[in-house]
Amino acid sequence: MFYYVVRRIIYIIPISLAVSLVCFLLVHIAPGDPIDAMVAPDTPPVVIEQVRAQFGLDQPLPVQFGIWLAKVVQGDLGNSLIKGRPIAADLLSASANTFILAMTGGLLGVLIGCVFGGIAGVYRGTWIDRVLLGTAVAGVSVPHYWLGMVMVIIFSVNLNLLPAMGAGPGGSTEWAWDWAHIQFLILPSITLCVIPAGLVTRTVRGLVSDIMSQDFITTLRGKGLRRSGIINHVIQNAAPTVLAVIGLQLANLMGGSILVETVFAWPGTGMMLNNAIFQRDIPVLQATTLVLALFFVVLNLVVDLIQTAIDPRIIRR
Amino acid sequence: MSILSHQQSAVVSLARKVSTSDSYWRGVGRRLLRDKTTMVCGAVLIVMALMMIFAPLLTSYAPTEGSIARRLKPVGTPSYMLGTDELGRDMLTRLLFGGRYSWFVGITPVILAFIVGGMLGIIAGFAGGKVNMLIMRVTDVFYAFPSVLLAVAVSGALGAGILNAILSLTIVFIPPIIRVSESVTTAVRNLDYAEAARATGASASSIVRVHVLPNVLGPIFVYATSLVGVSMIVASGLSFLGLGIKPPDPEWGLMLNTLRTAIYSQPLIATLPGMCIFMTSVCFNFVSDGLRTAMDVRA
Amino acid sequence: MNETVSQTRTGDYLVRARDLNVAFVSREATVNAVNGIDLDLAFGEVLCILGESGSGKSVTLRALMRLNPKGKTVMSGELSVAGHDMMALPDSMLTSVRGREVSMIFQEPMTALDPVFTIGRQIGETIVRHEGISRREAEQRALDLLELVQIPSAKRRLSAYPHELSGGLRQRAMIAMAISCRPKLLLADEPTTALDATVQIQILLLLRRLQQELGMGVIFVTHDLGVAGEIADRIAVMYAGRMVEQASVTDFITRPLHPYAQGLMGATVHSGMRGHRLTTIPGSPPDLRLPISGCAFAARCPHVVNACRAALPPFRHPEPGRAVRCVRFEEAA
Repeated sequence: MFYYVVRRIIYIIPISLAVSLVCFLLVHIAPGDPIDAMVAPDTPPVVIEQVRAQFGLDQPLPVQFGIWLAKVVQGDLGNSLIKGRPIAADLLSASANTFILAMTGGLLGVLIGCVFGGIAGVYRGTWIDRVLLGTAVAGVSVPHYWLGMVMVIIFSVNLNLLPAMGAGPGGSTEWAWDWAHIQFLILPSITLCVIPAGLVTRTVRGLVSDIMSQDFITTLRGKGLRRSGIINHVIQNAAPTVLAVIGLQLANLMGGSILVETVFAWPGTGMMLNNAIFQRDIPVLQATTLVLALFFVVLNLVVDLIQTAIDPRIIRR
Repeated sequence: MSILSHQQSAVVSLARKVSTSDSYWRGVGRRLLRDKTTMVCGAVLIVMALMMIFAPLLTSYAPTEGSIARRLKPVGTPSYMLGTDELGRDMLTRLLFGGRYSWFVGITPVILAFIVGGMLGIIAGFAGGKVNMLIMRVTDVFYAFPSVLLAVAVSGALGAGILNAILSLTIVFIPPIIRVSESVTTAVRNLDYAEAARATGASASSIVRVHVLPNVLGPIFVYATSLVGVSMIVASGLSFLGLGIKPPDPEWGLMLNTLRTAIYSQPLIATLPGMCIFMTSVCFNFVSDGLRTAMDVRA
Repeated sequence: MNETVSQTRTGDYLVRARDLNVAFVSREATVNAVNGIDLDLAFGEVLCILGESGSGKSVTLRALMRLNPKGKTVMSGELSVAGHDMMALPDSMLTSVRGREVSMIFQEPMTALDPVFTIGRQIGETIVRHEGISRREAEQRALDLLELVQIPSAKRRLSAYPHELSGGLRQRAMIAMAISCRPKLLLADEPTTALDATVQIQILLLLRRLQQELGMGVIFVTHDLGVAGEIADRIAVMYAGRMVEQASVTDFITRPLHPYAQGLMGATVHSGMRGHRLTTIPGSPPDLRLPISGCAFAARCPHVVNACRAALPPFRHPEPGRAVRCVRFEEAA
């Protein structure tokens, strides 16, 4: 077990390196000279050559990767082409906003998914199961950016209940847990929760109905446990896997909220990405992708370790 | 990648059940015909496809021609059954022609990924050892990105365009298909009959051809069909971000974006393209689920 | 011990079943797994139900505590267990009878135990459920039980998970759980089949000892004639969902009457067989989805006559305490 944990932690080093490499190459798969992606279009040639030397772009690719990586490790994610200032600070506050949205939407989705999935699994094969499963399939099929628009039309345009855009009154991007801010969070997080709710419903339903069909459930019935006692066993059997799924859903939403953020003008990493794409600000695209992917790698690790720790069936050496 | 992985284990367990015999496939067909949801969704998809194929016969307008003078006519306007968009173009025409692009960009990456990923996965599963290690470790790297993020980042770097969108989605779908193919191949390879074939000295290529391939392709195919729904959503999502097709050509995601300005005046029209995406995605998902259930003999 | 099938009052019996039927219903087909079984068991008696897989012996056993999957199972007939009319018992009462007055051990202890609960908790849970004592007290009782079933270093095993024990120890833990509330009736569904031969014998000896110490009635399902001879007072043979023969264990082993029982005997290695060839029973059991008229064994029987196929043969009683469902048992023997 101890060796597994150590090995698992060490394993994220090569993975992180590879992830960094992919992000580094993003600049180079962009059409044209990478230098064009790093300086404003009207920069004089002399300056361009200076920048080229400064970023080591006259060096072979592996060397460039080394230089870039060394900077990243020191927290230097480069400068935005548009704003001309370091990306790291903007990215930090955007990440915080995305985190708030992803966690709220994710937890909401997970909650709905566990309840729906649990009920569907227990009542497998009945009409309740079919209705819930159908709802879940619809849920994973929703283009959430469209759902966001529908929500805005209903709750902002028609009913005038909730704000349609932004993350705070007067376009503020500083988050606070008061109603003035929370009302901005409601529509985006409901929109964001639909897909994870559907996915978690299906997973939990499959898990629960698998567990319910196992031999030991007959044993539990045979020793006289009531329904609540049996459900307690089902929950404890499902818990490790469900936790893993929840962790992955939350991690996935950190990178997957870009479309919802765009619809609601939520000032997070997704909107940053969207703006970067729109303005062809490749360094910002690169840095944002890198940070989100590394976050995803670390969360995967945490989920895996928690699962190993709480599931007695998993024996790892 | 969890948006892509929820069906993986279910599909891998199919590997032990799929058989190459005619009676098995007759049973699958019979179960499919009895499954009303799958049949209805399949029919809807076929009707949609036919409508898009014969779009020029169904409408007298061109998808890009319009006039500001008749912009944002409501649904039900005479001769504009589904109204007009923000530039006065006929919505029905644009939805029909837009669907062609949406379906093309949504489905092509899955097919490409099925071919490439399936091949790599089967190789990894059958070869084992270092080859497996190499393929699976590279796959792990792409698994380290949330799927939507990867699609956006790659196509963001490549720039707008249909081919770029298809390429980035293909990159997103290859790793999960590799994983499934590898698991399925390993499972089938260790089945008794494949073991027996090896014991009798059958050559590697004949084992793959006779025993592994027929049993492996079914489950991988089912898994690939389960990706089409997601692919449709993400593909149109890319267009929604301005990363897919370029205006003025119609595409559902792009139409949804440009119509955002109309949510105050013509909310119904503004959401029509989204409903099309939703309908396509739901139907593909139900058909894929039905297919998997029908192939699962245990059920 | 050797009562005939139909004489005494319910009160004297631990188990009394009359015309018990169990069918599994699905959209595709109805499987008539158990057809018109009559069964009696005295307090403290050990009955072995013998039969090949698919003969309905496990289904019968589960039916005794209504443990077959709810919703798919249709039961009819009369069934009284430990004085309870099992067919009329509401679910809430049923759960109080299960595990307290009747309990069951299974073939495969690995899958029959919850993998994420410790042994101690699984045993303690049963006691807490039926006796309402605290978890701590239940844990203590669980420890005593593990010692009773001779699990070495019992204290340590309490906090072990099922996968951390060997097959034999798991089955002992299963037995400890089953006897935790001192049931009057223990149902054992092939409890030794999944174990190594040496472990099998230990488990059989343990079961016999516990049966005598606790005075439980035991119904033991097996396909292994040797196991049956080792532990049973009486043997009942099932074929295709029907009972075909009942006899005391000595009578049965010296002279089985039903041709199917003779076939089983011929296919088993036992002492006194030196120099004889093992025989097999040709053919396979009938499809239980289809109605069977007459004797279900007719198609495979070497002594078959037209009367066998015409109608279901009634039970004959050639001697006290014996019953056989065959029209030609005299010729066959």
